[in-house]
Amino acid sequence: MHDLAPLHALGGAEARIDTVAGVTLTENMGLALASVSARKGQETACRAHLGELLEGSAPEPGKTVLHDPEASFWMAPDQWMVGAPFGTHEDLAAQLKARFCETASITEQTDAWVCFDMRGDGIEAVMQLCANIDIERMQTGDAVRTVIHYMGVYVLRRDPANWLRILGSRSSAGSLHHALVTAMKAAL
Amino acid sequence: MSQVNRLDGGLIDRSETYSFRFDSTYHKGHKGDTLASALLANGVRLMGRSFKYHRPRGPMTAGSEEPNAIVELREGARKEPNTRATTAELYDGLRAASQNRWPSLAFDAMEINDLLSNFFAAGFYYKTFMWPAAFWEKVYEPIIRRAAGLGSLSSQDDPDDYDKGFLHCDLLIIGGGPAGLAAALTAGESGARVILCDEDFLIGGRLNFETYDVGGQSGAAWAAETVARLQTMPNVRVMPRTTVIGAFDHGIYGAVERVSDHLPVPQEGKPRQILWRITSTRAILCAGATERPIVFENNDRPGIMQASAIRAYANRWAVTPAQQVAIFTNNDDGHRTASDLVSKGVEVVSVIDTRQDALISTDYDVIAGGVIDQTWGRLGLKQIEVKMPKGGIRRIKCGALGVSGGWNPNVHLTCHQRGRPVWDEALSAFVPGGALPPGMTVAGAANGVFSTHGALNSGAETAKAALSDLGMTSKAPTLPDAEDTPVRITPFWHVKSAKRAWVDQQNDVTAKDIKLAHQENFRSVEHLKRYTTLGMATDQGKTSNVAGLAIMAEVAGKAIPEVGTTMFRPPYAPTAMGVFAGRAWGKDVRPTRLTPSHKWAEEQGAVFTESGLWLRAQWYPKAGETHWRESCDREVLQTRKSVGVCDVTSLGKIDVQGADAATFLNLVYCNGMAKIPVGKVRYGLMLREDGFVMDDGTAARLAEDHFVVTTTTANAVGVYRHMEFVRQCLCPDMDVQLISTTEAWAQFAVAGPNSRALLRKIVDPGVDLSNDAFPFMACAEVTICGGLRARLFRISFSGELAYEIAVPTRYGDALIRRLMTAGEEFDVVPYGLEALNVMRIEKGHVTANELNGTTTALNLGMGRMVSKTKDSIGSVLSERPGMNEEDALKLVGLKPVDLSNNVPAGAHLLTKGAKVTATNDQGYVTSACYSPNLGHHIALGFLKSGDSRIGEVIRLVSPLTGVDHEVEVVSAHFLDPEGERLRA
Amino acid sequence: MIINHPILGPRDSSEFVYLGDATLLKRPDWQAEDAAEQFYDYLHTRDNPAGLHRELWYHEQGDRSWLVVTRDTVTHEITKVELARDVARTGGSA
Repeated sequence: MHDLAPLHALGGAEARIDTVAGVTLTENMGLALASVSARKGQETACRAHLGELLEGSAPEPGKTVLHDPEASFWMAPDQWMVGAPFGTHEDLAAQLKARFCETASITEQTDAWVCFDMRGDGIEAVMQLCANIDIERMQTGDAVRTVIHYMGVYVLRRDPANWLRILGSRSSAGSLHHALVTAMKAAL
Repeated sequence: MSQVNRLDGGLIDRSETYSFRFDSTYHKGHKGDTLASALLANGVRLMGRSFKYHRPRGPMTAGSEEPNAIVELREGARKEPNTRATTAELYDGLRAASQNRWPSLAFDAMEINDLLSNFFAAGFYYKTFMWPAAFWEKVYEPIIRRAAGLGSLSSQDDPDDYDKGFLHCDLLIIGGGPAGLAAALTAGESGARVILCDEDFLIGGRLNFETYDVGGQSGAAWAAETVARLQTMPNVRVMPRTTVIGAFDHGIYGAVERVSDHLPVPQEGKPRQILWRITSTRAILCAGATERPIVFENNDRPGIMQASAIRAYANRWAVTPAQQVAIFTNNDDGHRTASDLVSKGVEVVSVIDTRQDALISTDYDVIAGGVIDQTWGRLGLKQIEVKMPKGGIRRIKCGALGVSGGWNPNVHLTCHQRGRPVWDEALSAFVPGGALPPGMTVAGAANGVFSTHGALNSGAETAKAALSDLGMTSKAPTLPDAEDTPVRITPFWHVKSAKRAWVDQQNDVTAKDIKLAHQENFRSVEHLKRYTTLGMATDQGKTSNVAGLAIMAEVAGKAIPEVGTTMFRPPYAPTAMGVFAGRAWGKDVRPTRLTPSHKWAEEQGAVFTESGLWLRAQWYPKAGETHWRESCDREVLQTRKSVGVCDVTSLGKIDVQGADAATFLNLVYCNGMAKIPVGKVRYGLMLREDGFVMDDGTAARLAEDHFVVTTTTANAVGVYRHMEFVRQCLCPDMDVQLISTTEAWAQFAVAGPNSRALLRKIVDPGVDLSNDAFPFMACAEVTICGGLRARLFRISFSGELAYEIAVPTRYGDALIRRLMTAGEEFDVVPYGLEALNVMRIEKGHVTANELNGTTTALNLGMGRMVSKTKDSIGSVLSERPGMNEEDALKLVGLKPVDLSNNVPAGAHLLTKGAKVTATNDQGYVTSACYSPNLGHHIALGFLKSGDSRIGEVIRLVSPLTGVDHEVEVVSAHFLDPEGERLRA
Repeated sequence: MIINHPILGPRDSSEFVYLGDATLLKRPDWQAEDAAEQFYDYLHTRDNPAGLHRELWYHEQGDRSWLVVTRDTVTHEITKVELARDVARTGGSA
């Protein structure tokens, strides 16, 4: 075991938690991520592997498959993100490589992202001040790539539906956090 | 004398009394008042001075079309100039000031402009201040700006916040009058997702201004009941205080919600306003109509208003501008004002109707076929003079005059794309026409349907049609009974004998100005507008445009539609600049990206600089160092002597995988990439298709089918985009997958003769770091610190023995701390961007300064890298003759002849003895620094045929900074030209 | 503007980056006799229609698909949106 201590994206040793009028924003460091891109000609096999992993089928465009321990959302044609608990899956990319073999290109994405969980009944009003997405029509299991104050993000609607997971670039975690908390204060 | 002109009734809340101040006087008003209604209640008609002539003016309207009652609202940093008193919602403690007057509103010294009006006709400025040209900026403009102006800015930062937001709906309804409410009810009950916006704080449109019954109750009561019903529907969003300001492509609308303007100070964390971007599949414009003026002599005195505005003030706000009121009309609607006033107990002294067949009333005196000839009252109307139908003059004392010239549908939003209104002869008005914004339909008065019954039906029917377009079925709501009075109007635009008769009151354009424009041949609508400034003020001529066109038509002997049509652009109503900025100002204007070592660097007291969006450590000052050069020189010397560490995470990293990855990179880079062995890194140069250099970086082959390529910090996004273009558009059948990994890895350069020794203490024992096992340009996936996955590259930007080591970003902070403690025995230094730059200039490595978009591989001395034996982006066009001339610019090093001189970047190079002219230009300096290793300034630059001029002494000139001295052309590799250090 | 993405449906144009004429899909053969002229035309010679125009847009803040958008330059009406990859596979013309 190595002895290097991780640092949260917002710079703390602990996860940052903010609450405004019943809506909570939590920095979530417990997520391992890896992208899965089907190799040319291996699209069907790759999907099959992903479906097997998720005990169902690979996510369709704009969708997530919420499953434990691995979950996944659609990123691009023939490309998906797979997430799993960091504690048990820090080597997620290696695990996936072993499973998908030559059917997919796997890239570790864990620390490319900062993950925020926003939970509470006012999340729709908050998102309306953040991103040009039709949040009212988004349902549990929907995933969308969008922009919050010039920052590219993924917004995933989880179960229950008053829970949004927002993935943004780790390097601009502070700016994204500022944007989200400001919107919470303005909307709620 | 408190609220002398307050009447009974109205939709104000008398239980709440607000105190407010206008200029230096305190007044009282009620909740539900606007600033204008409260001032009128207190007998104040004079509210401003006109733009050009400083004529005393009062409110002309009761809404957002107001041209005259323009005030400075609030005080201090929150002061907002040029706001309309007619829409400013009263609150307790409100402060407002009149503008464009000095020293006071009642006595304005600039009123002299009015006496000089003969000199100030349209085009006056253009004609008078043409000569001498130099006078314009220094003399004329400042004088004119001082005299002709609107309000003044606070010159302080706005302390309030503005937000931007995004809404989506099936149906956007713009305007909450009878048509809008009927439409919203129809669509809401059918289950469609509806947004109803109204600019007023009390939704209902004219229903709140009128007295007639709607379904057995007052219009206002029906409106309130309907709004309450809509608010219970989860699929309907009712947005008062929200002005739709623009109709944009594909069903996108801009709307400004005034969240906090009715409060003394916004609530903590809440914005003052929100700019909503509403994406709507269908929209119904229910913006109503605006009553237009009749133009006559001195028709701008305070107290002369739209007849419908006087009615609105009386019915909604229980206010009359005066106790004796006269009406001047060309249509039946003017009489409605008279009868409403009579029933409110206001004395209607006379109704002057231009029509011989005017309605006759027993409640008030009617002069059929009369016109107003003149008015009196310097600071407010006192008397009117009527030219009687059978000759003769009659003078009538009154404090207010309601003018009704007919109604103009509010077609503005229909024009925001390609719509052009068309003339409706029966209504004597422009109605929506041409190509409306796709998805938009128009209902109610905005579409020329003026009766309440008509508006209700039109709203419901238009909504039904929109829903059917959306594939939804709708239930027809039961609509209440309402009046259905036909329009009876005989057009009458202006009294021809008038000399000073105002068409556009905000811009002080008179009927005479329009005649002058015609006389001087500015006859098209667009010329008329620009020559006279008709319709160019903050109100965009809402009350004046049609009258202006009508007068032009008359002068030109044409029909109104032949003259042209009015044209409107966004925003519909004046909009504060702050709302367009939203939260994006100051440091929030763009995101900030932090490197993994940022927190640690902050602790070290590092000085940061912006590098694109990134904040990067520029240098790390040590105690006692007072100048950045001291820190930078120390960092450079110590790195070259022992070892230094630099965070290089911001360089772009793209993961390239797939069976065809090598073939793909061979197309993207101009040099050969296909044959890089696994475990090796190669420098790569990327061209644009036009043959110029796009970017450079390295490609590391981690496996047969797996590369990681780097880009410069600045081009990371563009290169990724370009590579996706090549992948999807140029080689769609290759097996290649791309994804950015810039953020996933924290990467540090470890450079200097002791870098290997330092890394030996970090990298796990199983990894052989010897020069044989891990030579220059090697790469490998390794583990460090007892098992953490890492990537190690033996690459060097500094020219030293050097490595770059990457770990998952969350461990970057711990790694730099570990490198520092492990490196104590080597006196390791962290180095910043300045030292990095010095070292790469000493080594002759290029960066964005040299890859500046105008340079080729040949210029960079890398011409031979462009492979002729394969296809690559840019290779064909890089062979163009113009890019391969014999005297092409070449990258060289430059060294001052007098070693005490510097060599500033941006300076130009000339042959010794040549005159400083553009034609003699031989090149320019791109990068410069002081080299602590050489003890003098050095630079890189491009020089014509530079590679064959090593040793030549040339002239370095920077006229801007006064530099002019000699420099010697040397190799760009100032240090270790053979590369022995980096291979050590 | 709203671009009706063939996979993701209507998306706001602010998520996209515009490149230019979709003829950029038809990159000439580098070994052709007149490769220099062909590349010159490929890069610089453009029609400038007042009407339908096929152009490349990149869904940068989305799924990173390059799209061929057929847009009326007069009205901004978008009549067709295709994945550039599919168009490229059929030789750059649809």
